Amino acid sequence: MDFKLHVWRQKDRNSEGRMLSTKVEGISPDTSFLEMLDILNQRLIEEGDEPIAFDNDCREGICGMCSLVINGVPHGPERGVTACQLHMRSFQSGQDIYIEPWRAKAFPVVRDLSVDRGSFDRIMAAGGFASVRTGGAPDANAVPIAKEQADLAFDAAACIGCGACVASCKNASAMLFVGAKVSQFLHLPQGEPERKRRVLKMVDQMDEEGFGNCTNTYDCEGVCPKEIKVRVIAEMNREYLRASLSHDET
Amino acid sequence: MKLDSKVPSGPLETKWERHKFDVKLVNPANKRKFKVIVVGSGLAGGSAAATLAELGYEVDCFCFQDSPRRAHSIAAQGGINAAKNYQNDGDSVYRLFYDTIKGGDFRSREANVYRLAQVSENIIDQCVAQGVPFAREYGGHLANRSFGGAQVSRTFYARGQTGQQLLLGAYSALSQQIGRGQVKMHTRTEMLDVVLVDGKARGIVVRDLVSGKIESHSAHAVILATGGYSPVFFLSTNAVNCNVTATYRAYKKGAAFANPCYTQIHPTCIPVSGDHQSKLTLMSESLRNDGRIWVPKAGDDKRAAKDIPEDQRDYYLERKYPSFGNLAPRDIASRSAKEACDAGLGVGDSKRGVYLDFADSINRLGEQAISQRYGNLFHMYQKITGENPYQSPMRIYPAPHYTMGGLWVDYNLMSTIPGLFVLGEANFSDHGANRLGASALMQGLADGYFVIPYTIGQYFASEFLPLVGTDHEEFKKAEGDVTDNLQRLLNVNGSRSSMSIHRELGTLMFDKCGMARNEEGLKDTLKKIPEIRDEFWNNVKVPGDSQCFNQALEQAARVADFLEFAELLCRDALARDESCGGHFREEHQTEDGEAKRNDEDFAHVAAWEYQGEDKEPVRHVEPLEFENVKLSTRSYK
Amino acid sequence: MNWLFRLFRSSIGCKGIMALTGIALFGFVIAHLSGNLLIFGGPDAMNAYAVSLRELGPLLWVMRLGLLATVLVHIGAAMRLTRQNTDARPVPYVRRQNVASTAASRSMMMTGLTVAAYTVFHLAHLTWGFILHDFATAVDDQGRHDVYYMVVKGFQQWWMVFLYVVAMVILAVHLRHGISSFFQTLGFNHPRWNPILEKSGIGVATLIFLGYVSIPATVFFGLVGLDGGGS
Repeated sequence: MDFKLHVWRQKDRNSEGRMLSTKVEGISPDTSFLEMLDILNQRLIEEGDEPIAFDNDCREGICGMCSLVINGVPHGPERGVTACQLHMRSFQSGQDIYIEPWRAKAFPVVRDLSVDRGSFDRIMAAGGFASVRTGGAPDANAVPIAKEQADLAFDAAACIGCGACVASCKNASAMLFVGAKVSQFLHLPQGEPERKRRVLKMVDQMDEEGFGNCTNTYDCEGVCPKEIKVRVIAEMNREYLRASLSHDET
Repeated sequence: MKLDSKVPSGPLETKWERHKFDVKLVNPANKRKFKVIVVGSGLAGGSAAATLAELGYEVDCFCFQDSPRRAHSIAAQGGINAAKNYQNDGDSVYRLFYDTIKGGDFRSREANVYRLAQVSENIIDQCVAQGVPFAREYGGHLANRSFGGAQVSRTFYARGQTGQQLLLGAYSALSQQIGRGQVKMHTRTEMLDVVLVDGKARGIVVRDLVSGKIESHSAHAVILATGGYSPVFFLSTNAVNCNVTATYRAYKKGAAFANPCYTQIHPTCIPVSGDHQSKLTLMSESLRNDGRIWVPKAGDDKRAAKDIPEDQRDYYLERKYPSFGNLAPRDIASRSAKEACDAGLGVGDSKRGVYLDFADSINRLGEQAISQRYGNLFHMYQKITGENPYQSPMRIYPAPHYTMGGLWVDYNLMSTIPGLFVLGEANFSDHGANRLGASALMQGLADGYFVIPYTIGQYFASEFLPLVGTDHEEFKKAEGDVTDNLQRLLNVNGSRSSMSIHRELGTLMFDKCGMARNEEGLKDTLKKIPEIRDEFWNNVKVPGDSQCFNQALEQAARVADFLEFAELLCRDALARDESCGGHFREEHQTEDGEAKRNDEDFAHVAAWEYQGEDKEPVRHVEPLEFENVKLSTRSYK
Repeated sequence: MNWLFRLFRSSIGCKGIMALTGIALFGFVIAHLSGNLLIFGGPDAMNAYAVSLRELGPLLWVMRLGLLATVLVHIGAAMRLTRQNTDARPVPYVRRQNVASTAASRSMMMTGLTVAAYTVFHLAHLTWGFILHDFATAVDDQGRHDVYYMVVKGFQQWWMVFLYVVAMVILAVHLRHGISSFFQTLGFNHPRWNPILEKSGIGVATLIFLGYVSIPATVFFGLVGLDGGGS
């Protein structure tokens, strides 16, 4: 298969970027999207050009490292997968393919298609945890948790922190990401003691990072490779409003 | 070099308890005066960094990904073992210990494994308290499943994403400490050398992958939790950036590398589809419960699988191992697949694959039942291969998965370099020659949460050393070496990408030093590796410079280390003139093709000491003493 | 009161304000419609209703100012959120596709501003009497301001009907997203109720549209006229 690629190239965070076009030819339909970029990069290297920088690691859809907007959709045209799980058979030979990085103020470009998602880590550090000392935990079965609640917690915990939600949102909002973490703890008794504090801190940090606001358009839900539902956003809204109105903060 | 395991004396059951009492303590006010470097942020590194920070140590944690949450522990699917006996099916610490020792083919240290089984219980408690959403029964209690040939159900799981959930638990604990300022996290920063002052590990040299700057960090102790080295085979189930660089560079600084030849090949992975491939995807082993493995009896059978009549198929596992059949252990299933393909019976375009056929199960149980059990796996298979496994059999082939070998550590998890600790897959300690399913997560977390916090105190309390400034000559020298090494890569200016050379190395390694090894093949490989290495150093092309984000340079530097390390692996495989666990030497097999151990001569750990460039490393031996279990032969007939 | 300030400044707090003012305005839309439908009761009912409103005296002004404040807060919060949203993506995509969002959800700012602009026009027509001034000064046989006459005369102009219908389409689109958004923003989202909420959002928006449009339509097509019948 042959493709005409249009790839965002940007030297570093402070440089201007632009789209550059190139052709790849003779690609097997079984090639994954990232492998197609590998092939292109090897060619670029052998020709003495600088390869396209893009983040990737596990290549099985779980590490959350890959971050490509393919033809205007984060992680490309297939639903419920990351870019690394996308194969070229999902495209038509001869097709134009536009590849861009996640675009958001809170995700500055590191180089080409690679962005800095440190803002997510800072939100997590602000409150995405249950404070528990190592070794001080009670027996795991001491507190039963209804299967339905554990399942809801898991649905939210499945988030891989890739940032596709932000990339797809017309407002570059991080509500699905933050909501997922808030929701996970909301459905577990272990999250209860820090329930109010957590949501207040995480949302404050999220706002500080310069993400946009949720206008309930739900493109995030459409592109989430783990198919996390916007239910988590509603839960976070509720939790945040409740905590704001009732938290006994000193 | 003396390999002193420092295993406490006394009865097995109380060794760890007594050791915890015997280790010296660092008083709380003094803890903040100690600085610890943790390299790696996976289960072992992340949990260690979080726990040490919580205790009051000042921690610097490093990872080369953009976030600590990306470490490859995240990809583990199946589960984590713990001797909780929640199922009341006869599990116990001793049984988990025994299963692990036996599964490791009697090539691991009794005391370490026993401790692992002991702390396994605390791990589950800890993770639940952190909010890890393990699978539960309707009554609200934790669910378990059986796994990896164990006769009890002791595996805790979170759907097929247990590793992810455990890692996110550790990451959340780490995040809390980052928020408190107790851990300074350095993302996109790769360790390129360990710095020794007066023989003790006192810091590391890193490269900031974004700016390209070479920096030094000093500390009172250095912990490596940098994972395994399966990508020495190029194609593996590991993340593409997993590498041996940190452990290999520590080895070059004097840390002994133990049992590098112990590598595990997982039997059920999606086969290679072409030379574009960058990684292999694991399909859960559970598929073998309902799938039948076969190859056509005729080598050049061009027919579609379903057109090949029953009597022209060879269900080779059922034929060779009538009682275990398709459920034969990982190493045996892997080797049998290789044998069939070597005999020219492989299927698929590459001829390196065997069928895993669900037709019988679908006929017997209905498509719906199969879909309920394996729907997500079938879906994943279809996405990757474009074939529908409900209609035609899956094609599978073994792939390198886990490496039991690693830096040698004593009971305190300290390497042969004082002050350099090694945790998780990066060390060699607990799995012997073969790891059981659902044990890797257990070991990583045991090391990080429950072992290192005690044993590092012992080191600090007995060796109080002032912090060395990063302007010390040893740091300057290491920085210089690292810079020169990178410049050397840039200067080659040849015409091949490092990836193409890595692929060449990996193909050779998998072929000759993968599932089955023999003297001739290993010797031949030991000759060929230096040739590939020469090709690399004469013909690699690394574009750009070292002063910016340069992924080609990162990759090339890792490949350069693999090219040296591969030789060590083969050397170890050659020296271990027996078969055990994942290390199968064709010369040493029973008539039925089972691994034949030689306990007389090889019931020991082999740890290699670096001697310098172009010099043969020295093989040291730590004898393994089995006081509590009786060495026996595994049989799966 | 620091917490209150913080709440209003936060993204979710600001959204909450949007939702609350939005639902208040929705309430007004319903109340206004129920008043307007009195037109089908003939001139007397309509004009009496107008008088009763005026007789509220100061209370009417409280309501008017309250309504104005609600509108201003709704718009102000929207402006603030929109500015932040624009800032959040300084470099736009070269290609961008919407995956799951509806046009209604993406165009809330546009539809909202259009409705606001039309409201001003609507006030100029029927409250201030700046537009079609001649019809706005009539009194009925009881000496009351003849609202009925003003409305009927106004909606006998095709362009007035056209503008009205267009505005109501846009209002319905705004409400269609606004109603379900209200629940989501204030934290009500449940798989069992979501489809119902979604459908009732569309249903209510449609009903409101039909209700409002019924007035100019019946007038324009002569079903409602100056003598209680065709004109």
